[in-house]
Amino acid sequence: MSFAKIKRPGSNELQFVRVNAETNSLEVEDKELNTKYIQLDNPISGTIYGTLLNFKGALESLGDSVYDKPYMSPPVSPVLYIKPANTFNRYGGGIPMPTGESTLEMGAALGIVMAKTAVAVTEETAMDHVAGFTIVNDVTIPHESLFRPAVQHKSRDGFCPAGPWIIDRDAVNNPDDLTVRVFINNQLKQENSTKNLIRSVSRLLADVTQFMTLFPGDVLLAGVPEEAPLAEVGDKVRIEISGIGSLENTIVDELTFLRRERT
Amino acid sequence: MRTARVSYGGAIHEATEREGRLQLRDGRMVDNEDVIWLTPIVPRTVFALGLNYADHAAELSFAAPTEPLVFLKGPNTFIGHQAFTRRPDDATYMHYECELAVVIGKTARQVKKEDAYSYVKGYSVANDYAIRDYLENYYRPNLCVKNRDTCTPFGPWLVDAEDVPNPMELKLTTHVNGKLVQQGTTADMIFDIPSLIVYLSSFMTLSENDVILTGTPKGSVNTVVGDVVVTEIEGIGRLVNTIIGDDAFSNR
Repeated sequence: MSFAKIKRPGSNELQFVRVNAETNSLEVEDKELNTKYIQLDNPISGTIYGTLLNFKGALESLGDSVYDKPYMSPPVSPVLYIKPANTFNRYGGGIPMPTGESTLEMGAALGIVMAKTAVAVTEETAMDHVAGFTIVNDVTIPHESLFRPAVQHKSRDGFCPAGPWIIDRDAVNNPDDLTVRVFINNQLKQENSTKNLIRSVSRLLADVTQFMTLFPGDVLLAGVPEEAPLAEVGDKVRIEISGIGSLENTIVDELTFLRRERT
Repeated sequence: MRTARVSYGGAIHEATEREGRLQLRDGRMVDNEDVIWLTPIVPRTVFALGLNYADHAAELSFAAPTEPLVFLKGPNTFIGHQAFTRRPDDATYMHYECELAVVIGKTARQVKKEDAYSYVKGYSVANDYAIRDYLENYYRPNLCVKNRDTCTPFGPWLVDAEDVPNPMELKLTTHVNGKLVQQGTTADMIFDIPSLIVYLSSFMTLSENDVILTGTPKGSVNTVVGDVVVTEIEGIGRLVNTIIGDDAFSNR
């Protein structure tokens, strides 16, 4: 069992619980209850920043095009983007398929949740500023060009499920050695490891906070592995990160999503 | 009405402009010089527009875009009126951008053009500084250029929408150390305010205190440590900012 924080619907505060990352269950009155049977809200209170091209394979997949127009060179500083508040979604929440689209990329990301204000931290002290980790699905409409910000592709309502909890920093031995798996309808579609990050979790925190303060509650995504699996309406998507747990969501059509939102 | 958020007497207050002074919600009248100016609202999601004035796009050698070039900004970058913006020592080209800020007043989804203005709560001024040395061509303009700490002064006021009869015909100016360096009019926006609200709300839900920074006209000039930069929009406000250097920061 590990310590974690959850958010219950209707509550403004995070609640301390003991969880089992392997079975995705949490302790309620001395019993282990699977997350399937509990309503959990998105535990994130701050800003979610994503990091593009931080998996070696993701950068390699661009090949020599990084030297051509429009990119002209491989990225130097971390390439970041924001998943705004309207994208926040919960464990078990429906992910809307926008009208006119048929597939969505399931972007499996380790979410680094901040505990303390981090300004110009060093690689050595970076982890002292971290509260813990969560699982984020950085849902994205497939797009080729990385030249312009992908606001239309990444910022739709419901495009950022996070959860099921924020697991305590100390529960994770080495954030740079976590297996990330994506299952669609219980079939394994992707397996990668945070061993393959270009910037390790600490390095990324150090480089980002050189120019941008991260506040308590903010989340920095370590990156999305190459070849994000595609999902369609009706698909059940599960992202597992070893030692943290699993995040499960279903793709629904946009009208169903809007109807649920309003009720 | 013009409202502000200020720090005074050890607390944060909402205030309204009254006869050139500030009236705090508790009734106290204070001078503008005696408060610390915070951003006029606490922004939720902030959208900024790149290349939304044809003359600025031409100045940067870009063709005017055919759909709005939108990027997002985080809370770390905002500061109020009369505050200080950091210019890193290694920067060679840092420029201001005077922009009309549109503050959304209520939940907006799939808004029709004729209804767009009814979703606007009010207007303010933003200075969307860019440090062009850090430009890279991935998700450009990248956050390292556009989302740096202290690099987006915002204020001084939120001016009620009803007090701005035509936001699409306002004069914008920037003065550096008293010298006029940028001027234009919101009439020259490529995508006007209703079009931007229609565009954004077509694919995502907007909420109260979301902010749209609508882009800047031409007139980009390098600014250096010690410069006092005043971005002003007719009838909306005069936003004063001072550039400071790395030496003011002890931890880097």
